[in-house]
Amino acid sequence: MIDCVENRLLTSRRGLLLGGASFAAWAYLPKFARAADGRDPRLVVVILRGALDGLSTVAPVGDPDYAGLHGSIALTAEGAHPALMLDSFFALHPAMPEFARMYRDKHAAVIHAVATPYRDRSHFDGQDVLESGYAGPGRVQSGWLNRALEALPRGERVSSGLAVGPTTPLVLRGNAPTVGWAPVALPQADDDTAMRLVDLYRHRDPALASALSQGLQLDKIASGDDMKPKPGNQVAQMRQVARGAAKLMAADDGPRIAALAFDGWDTHANEGGPVGRLAFLLGGLDGALAEFESGLGERWRDTVVVVATEFGRTARINGTDGTDHGTATVALLAGGAVKGGRVISDWPGLKLANLYEGRDLKPTTDLRSVIKGVLQGQFGLSDRVLAETVFPDSASARPMKGLVA
Amino acid sequence: MARDSQAALVALNRFGFGARGGASGDLINAASDPRGFVKAELARPNGVLLEAPGLQSTPQLGQAVFAYQDQVKQAREAAKETAKETTKATAPAETPADQKPGLRRNLSLSTVATEIAGQMAEAKPADTTAKPETMQPNMAAQPAAKPAPQPLNVIQKTFRAEALARLQRATLVECGFTERLVVFWSNHFCISASKGELARIWAGAFEREAIRPHVLGRFADMLKAVEQHPAMLFFLDNQQSLGPDSRAGQNRKRGLNENLAREIMELHTLGVGGGYTQEDVTSLARIITGWTFAGRQGQLGAPGSFVFNANAHQPGAQMLLGKTYEATGLAQGEAALADIARHPSTANFVATKFVRHFVADDPPPALVARLRDVFVKTDGDLKAMATALVDSDEAWKAPLTKMRSPYDFVVASGRLLARVPEDPGGYLNNLNLLGQPLWSPAGPNGFPDTSAAWAAPEGMKLRLDIAAQMGARLGNNIDPLDLLEFAAADAASIETRKTIERAESRQQALALLLMSPEMQRR
Repeated sequence: MIDCVENRLLTSRRGLLLGGASFAAWAYLPKFARAADGRDPRLVVVILRGALDGLSTVAPVGDPDYAGLHGSIALTAEGAHPALMLDSFFALHPAMPEFARMYRDKHAAVIHAVATPYRDRSHFDGQDVLESGYAGPGRVQSGWLNRALEALPRGERVSSGLAVGPTTPLVLRGNAPTVGWAPVALPQADDDTAMRLVDLYRHRDPALASALSQGLQLDKIASGDDMKPKPGNQVAQMRQVARGAAKLMAADDGPRIAALAFDGWDTHANEGGPVGRLAFLLGGLDGALAEFESGLGERWRDTVVVVATEFGRTARINGTDGTDHGTATVALLAGGAVKGGRVISDWPGLKLANLYEGRDLKPTTDLRSVIKGVLQGQFGLSDRVLAETVFPDSASARPMKGLVA
Repeated sequence: MARDSQAALVALNRFGFGARGGASGDLINAASDPRGFVKAELARPNGVLLEAPGLQSTPQLGQAVFAYQDQVKQAREAAKETAKETTKATAPAETPADQKPGLRRNLSLSTVATEIAGQMAEAKPADTTAKPETMQPNMAAQPAAKPAPQPLNVIQKTFRAEALARLQRATLVECGFTERLVVFWSNHFCISASKGELARIWAGAFEREAIRPHVLGRFADMLKAVEQHPAMLFFLDNQQSLGPDSRAGQNRKRGLNENLAREIMELHTLGVGGGYTQEDVTSLARIITGWTFAGRQGQLGAPGSFVFNANAHQPGAQMLLGKTYEATGLAQGEAALADIARHPSTANFVATKFVRHFVADDPPPALVARLRDVFVKTDGDLKAMATALVDSDEAWKAPLTKMRSPYDFVVASGRLLARVPEDPGGYLNNLNLLGQPLWSPAGPNGFPDTSAAWAAPEGMKLRLDIAAQMGARLGNNIDPLDLLEFAAADAASIETRKTIERAESRQQALALLLMSPEMQRR
């Protein structure tokens, strides 16, 4: 069946067969319940793999315990690189000026102290739970975004979901076929992966450690300082991916729903505060959001971008100026359709007694509630479909109201 | 059941192509009887042969090249004629002015896609060793603005089909010891596909016809099959070598080309310092004059087949390595090769190279001596030599320090991921990137066989990039810890296990697993 669908596509959509892009088509096209009021909603899901430090992204500078726990990497509203105050309590990382502008324009929001139902701090299982939409790990046949696509009423307005990258992320895998696209440039291994490998070699294989280190060094010299955005580095790649995806989604007959993943957020060591490694990555994310905004043009009005990660990190920094695997963190919303300018949080506080297991920011909001709220606001999916099909057994996580304008 | 995972690692990685993932049970089977696991393949000599639908013989392929070359020539001449007749140049076609993207409305998806493809066409599509999941067949970029790529010609098609057959065999076979032997001997008697169209189309057939039938047979038979194969005769220029006193040499005022004769002694048999002189090289060159293949006219035989051209053969008896070879035509060279194959220097050279390849860059002398003796006693029985290697304690005790070659690495990765190659393109690209283009070494000495060559800085960086791409493409469908279990089980170091457990994503975990010392060393 897939074969015959492909053939149809090969003849009718030859133009979309990009390098590294791949295809399967809708057997039907959904239309949205809200098409009647002239909106043409779009949804982008950005997965941050590695567990984002929510306390460094949107810092609770008004919490008396924050500075002590986050120590050398804590953000402050003063100094050479002041964090950007979102309200009297929360401040945004200074590497995210575009998100700050969207927030001021009421087109961006933060939900703080969120977590999926998963509590065990393994990246693999945590990502499976985040993307599958099931309450526990081990269910990897389909993702919640794909099941949401399947639940949309059928019509003629929308083509399939867009998977950005070399493969379809789990969140978009399932019965509803997807369109895939990836930039054709040869992606290089990121620094984090390289450093982990060098570290393993140092312990087990000194000859390979020195060979690989030299190889990486030669490459660095050839391409210059790595902490500045330039063609080919991670930040440039993030922008490039977003730019391409936005262009495809902006087309009248383009996909309305897309998912992509950015790697590298596992900041166990030398996380950095207002500048450094996390700042570098957040700058890339900020750039990607700006690319979606400019690339979608008129369509940005009807767009919501959801940024989510598998879990948060420890409230207290570790001995290597980084943070270890934690629980609650932030989710970010950006887009013209977001009812923004707010940090939405039932703040649990950072007193030792209030920390989850004495170490992590305690989750007070179920991430599924946030996503359900977005899906409902954008596409009008019913409570029942969301609680049974999209996020099975999730009736207790009620959709958050009023996220979408 | 006894379980020795370390021995299983030796069985699978030192002798074979690594454990297959999925439900193969390779590591468990290898652990329960490591030597038996390796030797099982030696009992099936016919299993080394490779026949796949569509793979043709050397003469058939030669004829296909000749026909292709004729077509190209005719097309060129026709084009020249047309150019002559066209007296007036046609006016250049008007190119429509490009609209500014900002001024356009109602962009269609296909237009956007074409534009993006155009903007990104400066880089070649990244081709990894495996295709994404079947839901998403990978398509090459075909921006509408560019003419469609040329269809593959018969030479490229053949090369890819031969490569695919070899890769599929290596991926599916149980231990892979015989396939590793094929790769070893094929590199020992290498030709290079980059020599020209005939070498490229013949590269796979050469291995199938001259190497595979003898990998578990006799060295002398392999030697004869190799030196009489059109691919080798073309690669080392013997079809141009004429006996100075032969009829053809006299007529054309041309003479010897010593290329093949020298490499037979230096690289294929005796080895440098194996006791031959320049005089011997010249002498062997004379002896094998007339060893050639029939050309497109087919005057001497079927085009593309081995023939002995008596008109090009140097007349008279020749002295080689202290022995006189009477003027018996083709039999003169065959007798010479048979003797060289039995020479003690050949036994020493071959045994040393064999142990260096499988065991260590500095081969243990006692093991080399044992294999040399087996080679001599059995009159070059290669199965006996392989068996002696597996039966030796040194081969099991030596630490796994050999670096996997790029070919070993890409095949082992595909096996672990349980992916049957369907398109050789990704493999071929990766091998080119990593400096081991398939069947195309830079010289007649073949690809290097020491760790230093393959553990070079730029090579390691590229390997990591390729592993990261495999991770990105395939990582989200696998459990990296399951794969580690398939690949090494409890023979994996605690550091490797921790590194994989702590990876920030499955994708990263897969890249790190593929790059781990357990996957890189054998």
